[in-house]
Amino acid sequence: MNEMSTKWIGARTIRPDGADKVTGRAQYSADYNMPGMVWGKILRSPHAHAAIRSIDTSKAEALPGVKAVVTAKDMVSFPVDKAVALGIQDMRWMARNMLAHEKALFHGHPIAAVAAINEQVAAEACKLIVVDYEVLPHAIEIEDAIKPDAPILHDFMKHEGKPSNIAGTMVLKAGDIENGFAEADVVVERTFTTRPVHQGYIEPHACTVSYAADGRVTIWSSSQGQFMVRAMTSLLTGIPQSNIRAIPAEIGGGFGAKTIVYLEPVAVLLSKKSGRPVKIVMSRDDVQRATGPAPGSLMTVKIGAKKDGTLVAAKGDFYLQAGCLPGSPLRGPVGCSFAAYAIPNVLSTGYDVVSNRSKVAAYRAPGAPHGAFAAETVLDEIAEKLGLDPLEMRIRNSVKPGDKAIYGAVFGDVTFTETVDAIRKHPHYKAPLDKNPRPGVKRGRGVASGFWYNAGGESSVQVNITEDGNVVVTTGHPDVGGSRASIANVVAELIGIEHGRVNVIIGDTQTIGFSNLTGGSRVTFASAMVATASCEKVIGQLKDRAAKIWKIDADAVKWEDGMALPAGDNAGKFPPLSLKELAAKANEMGGPIGTQVQLNTTGADPGFATHCVDVEVDVDLGIIRVLRYTAAQDVGRALHPSYVEGQIQGGVVQGIGWALSEEYLYDKNGKVDNATFLDYRMPVCSDVPMIEALVIEIPNSKHPQGVRGVGEAPIVPPLAAIANAVYDALGKRFFALPMSPPKVTERLDAAD
Amino acid sequence: MTEIRYLAPGSLDEAVKAFAAASGAASILAGGTDLLVQMRAGVRQPGTIIDIKKIPALTAIEELGGGAFRIGAAVPGAVLAEHPTFGKAWPGVLEAINLIGSKQVQGRASPGGNLCNGSPAGDSVPAMVAAGAVVTIQGPNGGRELPVEAVPAGPGRLNLTPGEIVVSFTFPDRPKGSSDAYLRMIPRTEMDIAVVGLAVNLSMDGGVVTAARVGLGAVAPTVLLVGDAAAALVGSRLEDAALEKAADACRAACNPINDKRGTIAYRTKVAGVLLKRVAAIAAQRAGGN
Ligand SMILES: Cc1cc2nc3c(=O)[nH]c(=O)nc-3n(C[C@H](O)[C@H](O)[C@H](O)COP(=O)(O)OP(=O)(O)OC[C@H]3O[C@@H](n4cnc5c(N)ncnc54)[C@H](O)[C@@H]3O)c2cc1C
Repeated sequence: MNEMSTKWIGARTIRPDGADKVTGRAQYSADYNMPGMVWGKILRSPHAHAAIRSIDTSKAEALPGVKAVVTAKDMVSFPVDKAVALGIQDMRWMARNMLAHEKALFHGHPIAAVAAINEQVAAEACKLIVVDYEVLPHAIEIEDAIKPDAPILHDFMKHEGKPSNIAGTMVLKAGDIENGFAEADVVVERTFTTRPVHQGYIEPHACTVSYAADGRVTIWSSSQGQFMVRAMTSLLTGIPQSNIRAIPAEIGGGFGAKTIVYLEPVAVLLSKKSGRPVKIVMSRDDVQRATGPAPGSLMTVKIGAKKDGTLVAAKGDFYLQAGCLPGSPLRGPVGCSFAAYAIPNVLSTGYDVVSNRSKVAAYRAPGAPHGAFAAETVLDEIAEKLGLDPLEMRIRNSVKPGDKAIYGAVFGDVTFTETVDAIRKHPHYKAPLDKNPRPGVKRGRGVASGFWYNAGGESSVQVNITEDGNVVVTTGHPDVGGSRASIANVVAELIGIEHGRVNVIIGDTQTIGFSNLTGGSRVTFASAMVATASCEKVIGQLKDRAAKIWKIDADAVKWEDGMALPAGDNAGKFPPLSLKELAAKANEMGGPIGTQVQLNTTGADPGFATHCVDVEVDVDLGIIRVLRYTAAQDVGRALHPSYVEGQIQGGVVQGIGWALSEEYLYDKNGKVDNATFLDYRMPVCSDVPMIEALVIEIPNSKHPQGVRGVGEAPIVPPLAAIANAVYDALGKRFFALPMSPPKVTERLDAAD
Repeated sequence: MTEIRYLAPGSLDEAVKAFAAASGAASILAGGTDLLVQMRAGVRQPGTIIDIKKIPALTAIEELGGGAFRIGAAVPGAVLAEHPTFGKAWPGVLEAINLIGSKQVQGRASPGGNLCNGSPAGDSVPAMVAAGAVVTIQGPNGGRELPVEAVPAGPGRLNLTPGEIVVSFTFPDRPKGSSDAYLRMIPRTEMDIAVVGLAVNLSMDGGVVTAARVGLGAVAPTVLLVGDAAAALVGSRLEDAALEKAADACRAACNPINDKRGTIAYRTKVAGVLLKRVAAIAAQRAGGN
């Protein structure tokens, strides 16, 4: 189906969820209520690190109005010595994150949960739970956690034979790194740090659950995967998946962090114990303290090049925070940092470091922005040392189709140079920049590129023709970035009808086949592919019906513009049959028309992005503002351009926050000191310019519409692009993020 | 759940009586943009809320002639912005009040609330200090007046006695060649809290500063009136040396804390930078008056 008209594909149609959202009718997690519902509340650790000697819940249980109290003892147990994988998660750690087991591992770690007739009574009951803690010394930062005498979080964890907070390593290699550096004419090595950053979704985690008398469970919550909600709840409660109906609510942002759960299994345990539906809603404070963030990092990158700019060797050591339990996204920096470049000798090592902070969660291209900050800053320095244009140098070193990536895959299409070239030719890159527009003000321009794997995986799409001849499409994917709008475009195009006749909805776990997470830049890729297969089957059914009515061979029927037409020898012999006419006759001709296709999709080639940014620095105050930003990315095919642009712009904005202002601050007791949007400084609208998305469309040959994943690559380059621009402005390089005003003035006032 | 009593008296007398009668268990409500946030966060749990927005004196804007004004303590920023002449006489005060929050917050937030919240980082306070505004206070024992800078006692603490309500701010006559300005340093462009806020109020004659006042916020437990900075400016033509001396005085006046919003070193540095920038704006405005 590669040849198609493009009436709807590429059109900026109105999103199906738009009216409900702008009129406030959309149902988010916290908007569901049940008769007889009670309120759940989580008791959280007041210590950053403490052994739990005992928990006495008797006083809380005795408080009038309290319906149930649960602790880790109520969950299915997952012994630490036996891994139980669910996707990329390990249930041993998920269980301990949801309710502390042996130890409280961070300030805010859930210890117990209460269900009561209202929030006030639940809060009162939390205060009555007596926890006997043995307070232990804590470690927050990577540097402190990897010191020889650091407090050890988990005595079962060993690194190089010794108890350690390094939970694991990941190593990727190519060639011979020593020989590689020996061949280089110029070698640059730098050490970088980045701070943890929160995904910053506007909707706090919340859920309403009902455990019915017959043991069947219903869960209303927003997430990036209702099937993940079901699976984790099943594993932690022992209730079979067939008895758990997870209904996806509208989601107010996830950015990766809602690919795991915090509340649902706990709420189910409370509901089971109390016999009442239970609702739990996190506060912003809970969200900032105990969910997400993306890891902070400590990284050393060394790159060697020949005089002509050919890269010959690259070495990276990436220490990433896991939070309190293992599982930082090492494959991000280890696999992506050098992936866009054909470098013969590479040694890339990641270290998963636990410390007393909340367990990290996925955040757009997990780990890749960190690595790109380091690698793309070092590349900028090499280009400068060699007197080369940084974009030219990137083009010269791009991987080629057929090259083997260090992470194992062999590259198919490679569209990296197209993104670099788009920036090189763009007026932004060529525009003159007044570097000293006013006294005390300096400006600079920087570029950087980024790589992300993208993904395919499991999706299910049901396409049903309604009795009145319209189309209902059900997918299994929560829509976080406009996927319903994109799928509506695809289906309208393929069936050949007006867009308004297609309604796309998201099914729950018991009404649509398994569909993997909305994450990894996979949903539009995978669900468009599966929707295409469904539409093809449905069109086949429609042609069959027409053939029956006309009493001709099904092969002699073609489908065009929403109608069956007799073709070949029969052309013109019968008047066309429209979708509506066929639907009206469906039952006489063999029954309802519709089908579900379930596939494990493949062919999601990686995403490449190249960005260019101008910054302005108020030298005396140390304030850096972004003046102009252009982001080029190969998206394969933009099914709905507005949502493609939105993804690119959103990724850049989050990157700007990461580079300039966002960070976690801890007090000396290991407590987050800025758990509010006032002091956790995400950019506001007026902090960012209009971001120009250069949407490059080179169709992915492995996808029916040519789609390539879009959502993650755009957050990869901004950190380095901005740092490179700041260097261009000030002549000083920043190796630590965020480049916040006090840090900028401190660096400018420093002697070097 | 605890019940909260809500009162909206129509006269100052009634308000003062109700406030005094509640003996500490009541809170005054102006715009509520601090109070309600604090209540939701569980930091404050008043038994009675006394809404002062129905009291005429608290919402009036009176032009007294010669650039002098009296404004009610509960006048919201948005209302003041629409006043035809206030912003011409006191552009620095107005810009400081209008910097508070967002459009939505402006519809409610008042200078009285900003002062009485007691935050050293309140934006309007340095500007009102520089303006030389006088606060009219009414309490169970009658009325009194205080200069704005005498009202805060420390973070969240005021030199008001129990039962006292701030009624209005009186801004003095404006000699020809006078104007003011306010700038704050915030890491973002809006929706942020001042790391340092600084206001300068100047009178100029033939390019020479004849009178000056400097208000400095967020660098000490209370907003400061920096007399030495003003003294350095008076008699000068705002030459570099005079500005540097005034900046020095601002830096010397700083007694900040290291916290999540800024370091001691950074705040001190910024106080000097802002002095120069704000003085330049005020002087330019004064030249036009
Ligand atoms: C989103 C947001 C953004 C904000 N941004 C800023 C900002 O940029 N800059 C800034 O300075 N502030 C900011 N604030 C804080 C707040 O808006 C200001 O301090 C505002 O001026 C408070 O005025 P109000 O009328 O709402 O006060 P209220 O909340 O009504 O009162 C504040 C306090 O003063 C007391 N009080 C009020 N009036 C009187 C009176 N007449 N006599 C005695 N006591 C009184 C109240 O009891 C209360 O304790 C922001 C707040 C929010 C919610």
